[in-house]
Amino acid sequence: MFKKILFFSGLLFTIYSCTSTDEGELIIADDFDRSSMLENIADNIILPAYEDFSGKMNDLKASGELFTTNPNQVNLKAFRTSWLTAYKVWQHIEMFDIGKAEELQFKFHMNVYPLTVQDVEDNITNGSYDLDNVNNQDAQGFPALDYLLNGIADTDVAILEKYNQASGNNYKKYILDVLNQMKTLTDIVVSDFKAQRNSFVTSIQNNATSAVNKLINDYIFYYEKGLRANKFGIPAGVFSSTPLPEKVEGFYIDICSKELAMEALTAVKNVFEGASYDSSEVGIGFNDYLIKLDRPDIVNNITSQFAQATTTIDNLNKSFNRQITTDNISMTKTYDVLQKTVILLKVDMLQAFNINVDYVDADGD
Amino acid sequence: MVHKFNFKAQTNTAPLAVFRFFFGLIMFISIVRFWSYGWIEKLYLVPKFHFSYDGFSWVKPIGNYTYLIFAICAISSIMVAIGYKYRIAILTFFLSFLYIELMDKTTYLNHYYFISIVSFLLIFLPANAFFSVDAHQRKLQYLQVPKWTIDSIKLLLTIVYLYAGLAKLNSDWLFRAMPLKIWLPSKYDLPFIGGNIMQQEWFFYAMSWGGLLYDLLIPFLLLYKRTRIFAFLLVIFFHVFTSVLFPIGMFPLIMIFSAIIFFDGAFHQKIIVFLSTYFVKSKSAIKEVKNYNFKKGRQKVVLSIVTLFFLIQLLFPWRYLLYPGELFWTEEGYRFSWRVMLMEKAGFANFKIVDGITKKFFYVDNKDFLTSFQEKQMSFQPDFILEYAHYLGDHFKSQGHKNVQVFVESYVALNGRLSTVFINPKIDLYQQKESFEHKDWIVPFSSEIKIKGI
Repeated sequence: MFKKILFFSGLLFTIYSCTSTDEGELIIADDFDRSSMLENIADNIILPAYEDFSGKMNDLKASGELFTTNPNQVNLKAFRTSWLTAYKVWQHIEMFDIGKAEELQFKFHMNVYPLTVQDVEDNITNGSYDLDNVNNQDAQGFPALDYLLNGIADTDVAILEKYNQASGNNYKKYILDVLNQMKTLTDIVVSDFKAQRNSFVTSIQNNATSAVNKLINDYIFYYEKGLRANKFGIPAGVFSSTPLPEKVEGFYIDICSKELAMEALTAVKNVFEGASYDSSEVGIGFNDYLIKLDRPDIVNNITSQFAQATTTIDNLNKSFNRQITTDNISMTKTYDVLQKTVILLKVDMLQAFNINVDYVDADGD
Repeated sequence: MVHKFNFKAQTNTAPLAVFRFFFGLIMFISIVRFWSYGWIEKLYLVPKFHFSYDGFSWVKPIGNYTYLIFAICAISSIMVAIGYKYRIAILTFFLSFLYIELMDKTTYLNHYYFISIVSFLLIFLPANAFFSVDAHQRKLQYLQVPKWTIDSIKLLLTIVYLYAGLAKLNSDWLFRAMPLKIWLPSKYDLPFIGGNIMQQEWFFYAMSWGGLLYDLLIPFLLLYKRTRIFAFLLVIFFHVFTSVLFPIGMFPLIMIFSAIIFFDGAFHQKIIVFLSTYFVKSKSAIKEVKNYNFKKGRQKVVLSIVTLFFLIQLLFPWRYLLYPGELFWTEEGYRFSWRVMLMEKAGFANFKIVDGITKKFFYVDNKDFLTSFQEKQMSFQPDFILEYAHYLGDHFKSQGHKNVQVFVESYVALNGRLSTVFINPKIDLYQQKESFEHKDWIVPFSSEIKIKGI
């Protein structure tokens, strides 16, 4: 009897250890096809947005080079336009903190704001700096260009004067270095994602490192931090005792913060709905996953909350800086509307997906 | 067991010795595993703040010396396994393990509680009477021990299973197959079964009802000789299966080896022969004495402690009846009651620090103070929320903020219901005191899908 039990126990443990250590290819065939969802997000959202951004980045670099060789009003205006165009596309890719983007801290080199003006000015004066250094993350990317294009003097005439002085050479060099950094990183990230696309769409296990779980976690994190906190909460002063309007995105150009925030909200909606970046097609998104899990209630709530957020943001001043200084209540109210979606995404959606985030023993209480 | 229990009856000592051996061994493995995963650092050294049990806020990690506590715990568990200086070893194990568990209630698990109380019980049992280094050193071992000592372990296991079963008698578990309906489909990546049966509605119900029947019946199937082998295979199957499905660590192993105690002396004798042949070789001759008896007077003391212990074990899980409101929602009287795998609960808690006079306010970023695991656990447990609110209040007061008030905007989703407001957002938590009384600042459970059960 003892031997029999010993044998059975051994057998069961063997089965158990086989199942838990088997790391071979998985064929997952439940009714919801996570691979199709990832394929849709990769092929119809991430890749076209990356492609578009890559092109806009080239344009931006070209107009930057034109401006630095010939700093005049026409070139300044063109540079600003291509800056804003690229910045808007950027809003569609910031949330994808995956692969090389995560490894190289892409978003921290592209869009850390508020900018530390002192660091920028020091770098320009010194003429030597390392843009790969963590300490310079708040002195480059879109916010640095924003300052260099709009903030170094009060009027366009004064700005152009700065570039046309002898000391303007260091400024020009800085613009080119920042642009080079942005372009180089973009090229690496985009080509890496293209190369990784196939492994991305098949990485669908429910564990801490799979693409599907990372994507969902990054998405929620971006919504909470990149969109809700950075664009609204922090400047509106919800995390500090007073409002901090100088912390809005696009502070120096001033009139674009709403436009950028709207782009970001659209990007977030698109991924939720599986809506294509560059066409009107709608594929599989998080909403379909929730419906498969029998939770249309969550989908409805999130959808209507997104709609409400769009209306509320639309009513704000195109300059969040002005909005905060004249009527911060509307700004904090917008924050509250966005906050409701955080709860829906973080509590309700994540619970329904039952994603493994933290590896630690649990007994389900 | 209903008629008068004979506390003088003696029985084969082997089951107690085998239990001691495996318990110590598995505890040792558990601690090594815990250590090797870096969890000592992650759970006890990294966090700036620790959640304490009522009255135990003085039990805290002690920097790098925390490793020493785990080392002591590991060494004592090995001493328990081999039965060396058993009494001191099990006492040390109990105290060091208890200390570890009391350091931060974020890590509370029913199975850690189980280990704590088993090791407490073992302090009073003569588990080193046989097959132990102690026996070799005193050149004396006992072939029989009082029967109640072995029965007490069986009783404890019976309580654990039975109470875990009773807790499953609720409408969410039985008629909504919750939370298994959320958990099982997410195991879509399991080989063979992930893509098909893990996704089936009938399977969620089969698992819920099967789990319930297992918990309610298994102690009796193990107690009854004719069903014992079947029951034990069921134990192995059930626990192996659950450990494939859920991240429950060492618990399955502990429960499988604990269940061996239900077998008779002869069976345990074979295990000891097996272990002696392959692992422990001893040449020294030991005198064998028939009966182990507690010293005069001592049996009385031990028995009263053990009786009191079981009385508490039987009654404590029912304390939730003294609280109003939905148990799963308020969690008042939830812990230490064998409520295992009953809920999928997630929350969100956003704290607002207000100057009571100027009404100026700001929100707290929880990541500044808590690890993600602590934040997760805090966000749906009222006692955690209150303790954290006080910590925040004290922190900002010491930073020079005036007239500090602490409010929380919190939402909780329970077993697949939509999230709703959890804590009254108008209550200044900084003014609320932790106590065993009902927390009336918890917004009552308001879902239309009620939970009915015992």
